[in-house]
Amino acid sequence: MDRVPVLKLGDVLIVSIQVDLQDQGVLALQEDLADAVVATGARGVIIDITAVEIVDSFIGRMLATIASISRMLDAETVVVGMRPAVAITLVELGLSLGGVRTALNLEKGVALLNSSEDTQIAAAAR
Amino acid sequence: MGVTLTVQPDAGRRRIEELLRQNEDRVLKRWLEITAAVSAGQADRDDTAARLPEIYQALRQSFTGEENLSDLHGLLAELSRSRARQGFSPAETANAVFGLKEALYEVVEDDGTPEALRGFIWFSKIIDDLGLFTFETYAAAREKIIIDQAEQLLELSTPVVKLWEGIVAVPLIGTLDSARTQVVMEKLLQALVETGSEHAVIDITGVPAVDTQVAQHLLKTVMAARLMGAECVISGIRPQIAHTIVTLGIEFGDIVTKASLADALAHALRRSGVEVAGSRRTRVALRTEEA
Repeated sequence: MDRVPVLKLGDVLIVSIQVDLQDQGVLALQEDLADAVVATGARGVIIDITAVEIVDSFIGRMLATIASISRMLDAETVVVGMRPAVAITLVELGLSLGGVRTALNLEKGVALLNSSEDTQIAAAAR
Repeated sequence: MGVTLTVQPDAGRRRIEELLRQNEDRVLKRWLEITAAVSAGQADRDDTAARLPEIYQALRQSFTGEENLSDLHGLLAELSRSRARQGFSPAETANAVFGLKEALYEVVEDDGTPEALRGFIWFSKIIDDLGLFTFETYAAAREKIIIDQAEQLLELSTPVVKLWEGIVAVPLIGTLDSARTQVVMEKLLQALVETGSEHAVIDITGVPAVDTQVAQHLLKTVMAARLMGAECVISGIRPQIAHTIVTLGIEFGDIVTKASLADALAHALRRSGVEVAGSRRTRVALRTEEA
């Protein structure tokens, strides 16, 4: 079974989903990601779904679950690269992914995490 | 009478075929006259006049076998399509075909034999069928024109314009329905991806009325843009529309709404870190915060 690799870049973990995930794959990814967040002490998780063309409520729930798990471990989740068709489908399904931050592409996602970390540090220093 | 008709239809039919062959010039000339009289005042009499002899020949051919009917149908379809495009009424188009009946009747009357009269009834039925066929083609051609125009309208009415680096706008004009909203939504989201814009302005100045359904469509568009990581501002809300929205109890939630496109642009500029200096009604000077 394919496992989705979890990449580490500085304080941020990057997961790029390139295949159609099945239930087993999603559970494995959630475990891997939770382990990786704890092991590396990452402060941000970026899930790149640029390659995902077909979504259902299952994928929507997966994203929300990963975001919840990461938040428990004090890491912020950003979903990046969502295609227009995917966004429309999720809205039609009634999934608004509350609590998940989104960005247009990986670059903007990293910038978003960095800026929010900056504000956290600035707030703590004051 | 009806009994003899069914017993000897062939005799009448043969007689009509003969008459059509013998009096070709006369019938054709009369047919052209009738057609011209029906569509008086229209400019393309020449066009139709060129088509009728062809149709006449095809009609005679069609008596010889079933397979030749497709030729005739093709010619008639062409005639009614061109007439539909030129703005003839359906009655005028069908009458062009029915004119042949009248033209032949004069020949049959001169002939005066009972076979010819019986045959004429058979012939008349064929022409009626052809007339109906013309009518159907005419309606189909008209329908196609309408569909094409609707598509063109759809393309024309949904431009996505770039206002600033990272800010795009969709000025919506005309009534919003599900199909149009779908197109607008797709175009806007596509533009967000292509230009890498994080801010979008949906301007509804040109939307005549907002009901719950239109509001629902707008909300969906904003939610979809959010999922992709872009923020939407809805602008151009006229006083009556604001009143309607409140009366209907539609909740826009935390979506930013502005009265004018200018306000929405100023808001988007502020959010994207561009500083707008000077008071609102004087000249606006802009500078970016960092290079």
